[in-house]
Amino acid sequence: MPSSNNTMLKQEPIALDIQHLNVYFGEGHEKFRAVKDVSISVAAGGSYGLVGESGSGKSTVLRAVSGLVPSWDGTVAVNGEPISKKREMSYCRTIQMVFQDPYASLHPRHSIDRTLSEPLRLHKFDNIDDRVNQALVDVGLGRSFRFRYPHQLSGGQRQRVAIARALMLEPDILLLDEPTSALDVSVQAEILNLLSDIRKTRQLTYILVTHDLAVVAHMCDEIAVMSHGEIVEVMDVETMRDSKPQHEYTRELLEASEGYQPEA
Amino acid sequence: MSKALLEVEDLWVRFASKKRVVEAVRGISFSVGRERVGIVGESGSGKSMTGRSILRLIRHPGQVEAKKIHFDGQDLQALSEKEMRDVRGHKISLVMQDPKFSLNPVMKVGDQISEAYRVHTNASKTEAKERSIEMLNAVQIRNPERVYDSYPHEVSGGMGQRIMIAMMLIPEPDLLIADEPTSALDVTVQRRVLQIMDKLVQERGMGLIFISHDLNLVASFCDRVIIMYGGRIVETCRADELQNAKHPYTRGLLNALPDIHKPKDQLSVLERDPKWIEDPSVDAFL
Amino acid sequence: MSIDTTSHDQGFKGWLTSESPESRFHAQMVQLYAGWQSLVANRLAFLGFMIIVLLVLVAIFAPLLATHDPSIQNLKTTLLPPFTGGHILGTDDSGRDIWSRIIYGSRITLFIVALVAFTAPVFGLLVGTVSGYLGGWVDTVLMRITDIFLAFPRLVLALAFVSALGAGIENAILAISLTAWPPYARIARAETLTIRNSDYIAAIQLQGAGRLRIILGHIWPMCMSSLIVRVTLDMAGIILTAAGLGFLGLGAQPPSPEWGAMISSGRQFIHDHWWIATMPGLAIFIVSLGFNLLGDGLRDILDPKKAQS
Ligand SMILES: Nc1ncnc2c1ncn2[C@@H]1O[C@H](COP(=O)(O)OP(=O)(O)OP(=O)(O)O)[C@@H](O)[C@H]1O
Ligand SMILES: Nc1ncnc2c1ncn2[C@@H]1O[C@H](COP(=O)(O)OP(=O)(O)OP(=O)(O)O)[C@@H](O)[C@H]1O
Ligand SMILES: [Mg+2]
Ligand SMILES: [Mg+2]
Repeated sequence: MPSSNNTMLKQEPIALDIQHLNVYFGEGHEKFRAVKDVSISVAAGGSYGLVGESGSGKSTVLRAVSGLVPSWDGTVAVNGEPISKKREMSYCRTIQMVFQDPYASLHPRHSIDRTLSEPLRLHKFDNIDDRVNQALVDVGLGRSFRFRYPHQLSGGQRQRVAIARALMLEPDILLLDEPTSALDVSVQAEILNLLSDIRKTRQLTYILVTHDLAVVAHMCDEIAVMSHGEIVEVMDVETMRDSKPQHEYTRELLEASEGYQPEA
Repeated sequence: MSKALLEVEDLWVRFASKKRVVEAVRGISFSVGRERVGIVGESGSGKSMTGRSILRLIRHPGQVEAKKIHFDGQDLQALSEKEMRDVRGHKISLVMQDPKFSLNPVMKVGDQISEAYRVHTNASKTEAKERSIEMLNAVQIRNPERVYDSYPHEVSGGMGQRIMIAMMLIPEPDLLIADEPTSALDVTVQRRVLQIMDKLVQERGMGLIFISHDLNLVASFCDRVIIMYGGRIVETCRADELQNAKHPYTRGLLNALPDIHKPKDQLSVLERDPKWIEDPSVDAFL
Repeated sequence: MSIDTTSHDQGFKGWLTSESPESRFHAQMVQLYAGWQSLVANRLAFLGFMIIVLLVLVAIFAPLLATHDPSIQNLKTTLLPPFTGGHILGTDDSGRDIWSRIIYGSRITLFIVALVAFTAPVFGLLVGTVSGYLGGWVDTVLMRITDIFLAFPRLVLALAFVSALGAGIENAILAISLTAWPPYARIARAETLTIRNSDYIAAIQLQGAGRLRIILGHIWPMCMSSLIVRVTLDMAGIILTAAGLGFLGLGAQPPSPEWGAMISSGRQFIHDHWWIATMPGLAIFIVSLGFNLLGDGLRDILDPKKAQS
């Protein structure tokens, strides 16, 4: 029910508030608006799903929030404080991101140890050794993986390392860009379970981008549907389960996720 | 049913190094007609190696051995490397996993597609460009002109995959091996891309080997399913009967899927039985 | 999942080939050993490697290997052919022992190679990666400068530098380094362009790493392999350029036993006393071959595509 949901949202402070976000690529007459007037707010401890067609700008939203895309306007507030274009070091300890492709997101020539300890060194943490070992245990890998290189790991193991890396700086908010789409179903189940557990134990806030409606339904409380760079519908997970979405595109999405149907 | 387009018997793929021999595919036999055959299985079960070995695309130090690999009555093992190059892309196309790795990062997307077209036909440059844009349109890319002039890092993951598909379909092959062609696509685009492939199977009698780990998709899209584990075929069945599969491995995969309508706290994780490795391979002929 | 039939080694070898190293040092050793093994497996590369090791050993133990003092002139024994009067490779027009001069000359060659190998590629790498990573006007400016340097033939440019700076071995090295870096900058920039958009760079940016750290710690390691290959292959050319400058009288000055200068001084006697020019020529040939073989082999060994799987 939307009303009960709203009262629940009011109790929690807003962790991430995005208002009227536009993101641009290119310059001059080739300038192209990839994200159009997107507004999202996520309660602390919540899990927000972002679904939509390929190329609709889901990753771009996450990249703009994390500061990887410079050319955007609108306001982004984290824990009530608007953030500036120039990111401060402390921002890294609030928001981290997990990328889609575990084969491309780990430096091929750095050992797992280096990948995990570098952020700690950058932010002058103490007890680096213990923290790295603990992080590996937390994501279910164990210490024996510490000095291996990415090419010695399977896709699922790499994604666990990527999650561990994102958690090294103890952020409050985790941006997950299709964290399981490169993994097979049995590994996907393991990673999704891991992400759920971590969220519970660390009280994290998630924004999860995916194109798999079953995955958002499993992981998220609220879901926004994007198409052509715009959010066309926001709904809670019950509405989606009951197949009662308002927008036509969302219905199409739900229908298509039931399996393949030949052309009508 | 028409007779088999591709027949493979007792296929082995081995990677030998000084220290050890890795057997990626262990003596599988199957055939593909003018139909949609799905290969599913977990990561590392040998799906890609099976697809690549047919086109002799296994990199050193991998070795392929088979009693028989016949395509359209032609013995592929007997062909020279030059004749093989003619088969590749022209008669059998392979959409590789990892579009970002398969595309040349410093060459414009459009030039890569046109080149793929021009290698097999003697089309002029403008004609190739027209066909390429048409094909990009067909795989549901909005703004094909803009994408035509982009570099691979400027397109999203899903667009990259569709670009690869466009590139492989443009020479109109008789057999398409699609290695997880839609893993980065959202469901609506995925459906349209599958419809294109479906149409080619129905109308032109193309054969399709569809490698995927999306069981629901394979169950609804393909005619037959081959389930691989540890380099062997553990089970094969008609796609619409996949839900009733018997092998505990297939059951485990089915149970690991989240379901929109059946929310649960934890997903069940596959428990592997060491005995599965030893089970003999099941033949998957038409 | 697939089937491995691994033979588990014990002891030190097992430690060196361990799949799960226990410390940073152990991990480095395992990497080094794997590299060593692929070097040994590639016969020609290993031969090249052995030639270079030999060069280093000869340079270190020059006083022990030389039979005579390389610079003492002896007018009684001028122009002796090989294997006469205790001179293995004969003597030159001033009566100096050629064998001993070549042995001592290896020190100069090594000095040139080491200095050029540590300046030009590092500078080229810096220019190329900074240019590729930062982009924009930095890229434009740096690449135009690179283009200007690339527009001149290397020897001609080196000649111009040396004549401006004055003849001498140090200036020759400086001139060679100044002319050798642009191709490295080009390679490094091309590699950087493909690396800088990758997710692992995005990840470290998100963790607050500065530009310099990203360039040095994350982009450099990815450019290294192609650069090492290129430098090794170029070494032969650099030795030849140094020899060329020596030959023209602009490099090492007599009586220093630089190989190029030796050929130059032997040139006038080439018809009657072939050995004077030929022996240092052979030395240059062997060392250049060594670097080329090693470079070729390294290309196979360091190929990142191979390292992937
Ligand atoms: N660096 C870039 N330069 C130019 N255009 C870009 C760049 N990155 C993304 N785009 C464009 O922005 C649009 C949105 O891309 P984005 O990667 O956000 O899509 P997405 O929703 O994440 O899709 P997918 O599900 O396929 O990953 C696309 O049209 C893409 O071409
Ligand atoms: N160069 C290689 N050397 C040794 N083993 C290899 C090599 N390439 C692949 N393999 C092994 O072959 C096996 C089969 O790999 P394959 O790529 O076919 O798996 P897959 O079923 O396609 O998995 P995925 O779903 O991850 O794509 C793997 O266990 C892998 O470790
Ligand atoms: Mg994306
Ligand atoms: Mg595969």
